[in-house]
Amino acid sequence: MLRLQNLTKQYKTGDIALKDINLEVPDSQVMALIGPSGAGKSTLIRCVNRLVEPTSGSVHLNDVEVSSLGQNQLRKARRRMGMIFQEYALVERLSVMENVLSGRLGYVSFWRSYFRKFPQSDIDEAFRLLERVGLDHMADKRADELSGGQRQRVGICRALIQDPELLLIDEPTASLDPKTSRQIMRLICELCQERKLSAIINIHDVLLAQMFAKRIVGLQLGEVVYDGPPGDLTADVLTTIYGEEDWEATIEATKDLDEDEADVIAAAEKVLPKPDAAS
Amino acid sequence: MNQASQRRWQRPPFIESSLLRWGLITGGVLFLVVSIGTMEVNWERVAAGLPRAERFLSSFFPPDFTSKSSAIWDGIVESLWMTVVSTVIGILLSIPVGLGAARNLSPRYVYLVSRGILALSRTFPEIIIALFAVKLFGFGPFAGIIALSIGSIGFYGKLLAEDIEDMDPVQAESVKATGASWFQWLNYAVQPQVMPRMIGLAMYRFDINFRESAVLGIVGAGGIGATLLTSFDRYEFSTSAAILLIIIGIVMAVEYSSGYIRKWIQ
Repeated sequence: MLRLQNLTKQYKTGDIALKDINLEVPDSQVMALIGPSGAGKSTLIRCVNRLVEPTSGSVHLNDVEVSSLGQNQLRKARRRMGMIFQEYALVERLSVMENVLSGRLGYVSFWRSYFRKFPQSDIDEAFRLLERVGLDHMADKRADELSGGQRQRVGICRALIQDPELLLIDEPTASLDPKTSRQIMRLICELCQERKLSAIINIHDVLLAQMFAKRIVGLQLGEVVYDGPPGDLTADVLTTIYGEEDWEATIEATKDLDEDEADVIAAAEKVLPKPDAAS
Repeated sequence: MNQASQRRWQRPPFIESSLLRWGLITGGVLFLVVSIGTMEVNWERVAAGLPRAERFLSSFFPPDFTSKSSAIWDGIVESLWMTVVSTVIGILLSIPVGLGAARNLSPRYVYLVSRGILALSRTFPEIIIALFAVKLFGFGPFAGIIALSIGSIGFYGKLLAEDIEDMDPVQAESVKATGASWFQWLNYAVQPQVMPRMIGLAMYRFDINFRESAVLGIVGAGGIGATLLTSFDRYEFSTSAAILLIIIGIVMAVEYSSGYIRKWIQ
């Protein structure tokens, strides 16, 4: 379980990105974090693995207080928190396999990683994951030869091979087309279910958030203004999160999703291998 | 006519104040006119020099590769050897300094010290460092190697630091998030991003060091320069021409091969 207590972040410029956030994410819960640009979504998940240092407050992952760890302990803690990025953030000049295996860096010695001599179990797991997302034939391709959706799937493999307890996911679909976005979101949710992972997904697409997450948290100017199930996101709630706008269309679209859903699943399943095919 | 079609637009001038702008322009033009006007060119001497230049140049032909071939060969080998050794030493030493001089990698005091080292080693041209080195260690290629290595540190370290500062921070962040150690992070996130350019620059520095090694011989710091100077002193211009052609050939060979290597490494 992830627990954030009184988490506050103030940047050197004086901007307050997070104000006294209290949040709990139980095991195997997929939580979507929505909110306008600049609301502090990215800062929040980066405070969890301390890519951004929180100004005050604490972060607990299970029994470990991440926010007070020294550098070495922090590295150990980061191994259990997989991160997936908006622009995929693969190292472009490394191969797909090297990118996936870089998720094991926290577990192997420098020289092993320098000579790319990873334990056989890591390599087996890397191939299993790549197969799971349908990219095992691309293992030796360079990351910059892949399409957006393929890159994001490699990014997912890199996060999962860390054997994480928690996934921190920053706008996973922001640079993908609508169909690929749904496929990626579905893949992430399936994998979380398979592996009993909890996840925080930053996403600004309200529809996608409602489709895939069981819980939605709305962030506005660094404060939590909504925390509840996707069904309760009314026009009023969306107005408090994003500001005044005609939200009826968005809400209508969500209702239609139930009928529409079946087609999308069918389409996605054709492209993505089924979960049971991999195990 | 409606109001919207009347709105005019001009690119805002780079210097806001028109007084300052025109002052700078007239100042610049005046300076140019005055400096050209005060340049003393004695056209008679230029005219007298032209046929002399023609005679001088024609004495370079045909280039003579054979009569001093062993001296030329020894000089070229010594130059190449100095170039390889000093490029390798210079680059190896410049890596830690360059890492230290990258603002996004190092704490402030390491940054300032590293930038200081880089600035210091670029302050003096190689030939002046070579003069010192010859005084300290005596004549010979060792002095030249010292001079070229120091020059390489300033050049390569600065460009390495700047390339690291320009890298994509998100790629670097993503490897850090996996729990990688600092050295693993360098190897997986930083190195792949800067490697192609740094290999190209290593070839370029090799090229510079080779050309410099031809000059360093003049102050007694070893290499082909000593042979070249001797041939000039003895008015053996056809041998000088041969040496110059060999230098041009080697520089061109380095140029072409660096193009291939960079394409292959990209």
